[in-house]
Amino acid sequence: MQVSTHLHESLPSSPLLVANSITKSFAGVRALKGASLELLKGEVHALIGENGAGKSTLTKIITGAIAVDSGRLEVSNQTISHNSPSIARALGIAAIYQQPSLFSHLTVAENIAFALENGTSAWKINWKSRYSRAQELIESLGSSIDPRRLASTLSMAEQQIVEIAKAIGTEAKILLMDEPTALLTEREVGNLFQLINRLRNEGAGIIYISHRLEEISAIADRITVMRDGETIACRNASEISRSELIHLMVGRSIASVFPKREVPIGDVAIEVRNLQNHSVGLHNISLSVRSGEIFGLAGLVGSGRTELARTLFGLTPSNSTILIQGKPVQVNSPADAIRLGIGYVPEDRRQHGVILEMGVATNISLANLKSVSRWGLIDREKEDKLATRYVDDLRIKTSSIFTATGMLSGGNQQKVALARWLAINPRIVILDEPTQGVDVGSKSEIHDLIVQLVEQGVAILLISSELPEILGMSDRIGVVRMGRIMGILSRGEATQAKIMSLAFGRSSVDEITQ
Amino acid sequence: MKKIMKAHIKEIAVAVTILALMIVLAFVAPGYFTRENLTDLFLANVPVMIIALGMTLIILLGQIDISVGSVFAICSIVAGMSARWGFSGAMSGLIACLAGAACGALNGGLVAYFRVPSIVVTLATMVALRDGLRWETQGSWIGNLPSHFQWLGLTQSSYTAVTFVLVSLLILLFVLGLRYLRIGRAIFATGSHETAARIVGINTERVTFFVFVFAGLLTGLAAMLNSVRFNQIPSNLGLGLEMKVIAAVAVGGTSITGGSGTILGTVLGVILLGSIGTALTFLGMSAYWEKAIQGGIILAAVAMNALGSYREKDRTHLDALPN
Repeated sequence: MQVSTHLHESLPSSPLLVANSITKSFAGVRALKGASLELLKGEVHALIGENGAGKSTLTKIITGAIAVDSGRLEVSNQTISHNSPSIARALGIAAIYQQPSLFSHLTVAENIAFALENGTSAWKINWKSRYSRAQELIESLGSSIDPRRLASTLSMAEQQIVEIAKAIGTEAKILLMDEPTALLTEREVGNLFQLINRLRNEGAGIIYISHRLEEISAIADRITVMRDGETIACRNASEISRSELIHLMVGRSIASVFPKREVPIGDVAIEVRNLQNHSVGLHNISLSVRSGEIFGLAGLVGSGRTELARTLFGLTPSNSTILIQGKPVQVNSPADAIRLGIGYVPEDRRQHGVILEMGVATNISLANLKSVSRWGLIDREKEDKLATRYVDDLRIKTSSIFTATGMLSGGNQQKVALARWLAINPRIVILDEPTQGVDVGSKSEIHDLIVQLVEQGVAILLISSELPEILGMSDRIGVVRMGRIMGILSRGEATQAKIMSLAFGRSSVDEITQ
Repeated sequence: MKKIMKAHIKEIAVAVTILALMIVLAFVAPGYFTRENLTDLFLANVPVMIIALGMTLIILLGQIDISVGSVFAICSIVAGMSARWGFSGAMSGLIACLAGAACGALNGGLVAYFRVPSIVVTLATMVALRDGLRWETQGSWIGNLPSHFQWLGLTQSSYTAVTFVLVSLLILLFVLGLRYLRIGRAIFATGSHETAARIVGINTERVTFFVFVFAGLLTGLAAMLNSVRFNQIPSNLGLGLEMKVIAAVAVGGTSITGGSGTILGTVLGVILLGSIGTALTFLGMSAYWEKAIQGGIILAAVAMNALGSYREKDRTHLDALPN
């Protein structure tokens, strides 16, 4: 493969950052095998690649979180022989990660102050300036979070905004963003992009990592593609098509992004009428999902989509009855839901979706231990067989079925989480952001799997913040806003604009389109 | 083979330490291996072993129980008093077990259903039960125990044999139970992440409650087996027992934050910490060193665990982060 990092004489600016032939191994595994990256002043440089391609390792080397084995790192034409987080910070490098890491018992302003006030007087804290500075930064992001709020009371999206405020507050020249939009709503993404444009115009260099190719074509000037620890190509964003990018990333082309097929729709599998769950903010929810149908749930983060999923699955039970194949039932616990044939892949895969310490096999059998038990005892042979079957079927990449699930890549962890529910032979599967933070290859495999499930007559409730995914996969789409279903659109009538106008309420959409 | 070694590195480390100690003893103080000494050593450590089995489950859940010493004292007194009231040996044992289970139910109920942190709950019950007992007995000892209570009415050597079989069976039961019973999986899952465990249909409250009750019952059994060795039962029994037990579990490699650990590790931990004290005496070292060396061993074991899991975590993060 041709590595073309040192071209672009046409661009007038000098490189802010050069990483040259970086190698890095972890416990004998080579994560980086000569990766190179060049970031110019006033440039948004996208870094893309499948999970495990080495993007995070490279960013960690730039931020000084880990040391290089070999290779050269230059910042503003100065070779950095020894890097550390504090050196990187002094050089004007700041990073925003996919998962916010705020001090949850401190306020927003204190969290921001930790990033900004390093080394300033510990003698007396100027609370007034702290709050006003925090307020300023947050407002510049188009948000209205009160800087006096505790970080633990913020939603994931709000936490991410505070992280971004921290990074821009340091007036960094080099900003690394690792999937910064994973938790943001479309509107917040819009604000972020405006801000990125502003920073770019002010001469900052931004390394932007994302799995969302549409975002990358919207914001990036150049794109570096990584695969298997190497930088495969560096191109101008305007000169490369999306399919070429996918081809470069996976080394093969992916036929269709959404493999939706026509499937005969059966009887109603699950239905709720006027479901109320005020403790989690759900009001008058009515919807039904039929066997063989994919019902998409769209809406902003925090609109009540996840709360609805958790209520249907019995994690936050409501008093309302749920109709399963026409029969009224109470779902008071996940155990009830599982008995009724409901599976649930939660949003937070690492925390809730799989048990990281447990092996792949034990994770897969965990929701259905009865089926692999004899006389109340777990039959390990049966269990291993079940696991092997799903590892093969879903092409889960793992060194063995006993490997701790935490050792697998994100996409493979998600497949384990899915396999667990396939193993109960479900009638209904609720998927909350099933492809979030999952690489392109695994993503299309998960989509394929969803289609296979509906072909077998399973009813799917699909929650996703990615509109193309919702539009591409769903037969019908319900839009949730403030704990209510604002409307249900059929596949034919649904468009991105209609969903967004329902999700935001009309007035705010007008604001956006102006 | 290599994989097994890697998966059980913590247990192997403890086993190697025990082996090294034994080899030193074999050369320097072969008197350590006399029948009497080994019997004494075994009988003295039966309570720690049995309670440590229950404690392993509690720690696997990510909880802790520091009230076991007080519960142990209560159960011992209950066993002795039942015997004096004319209950048979077996019946007294059963009553002691029930008393232990009741204490466990108190702890477990508060932890599981009222969501009070277990360290707080058991700290409170440790103090309350201990002082309640002191007030009730006015510090007096329970004497005049009926003869059928002594050694459970057996001879000392047959009692030792019976206890040995019983403890071995218990260990086997635990090893197999954690491997083959659904409750075993439920314990590991709950200790790893409670919400994740709830999502797969595990009633984590019930699991937590059950484990505390069961561990309490075992404390009762341990108290019974211990009391029959003496003709008087002091009411200040079991002081500091919780530390011995928790130390043995920790040395055995069970993660103090829950979710990972083995029974084998706990058994080895009990053996190591139980044999080191007398070993020092046999090696001619002052008994004052015992605690210091025990502390050193615990620190070394916990540090090794921390390093090991740190490395594991590090790798997990790297491998699992969506790059």
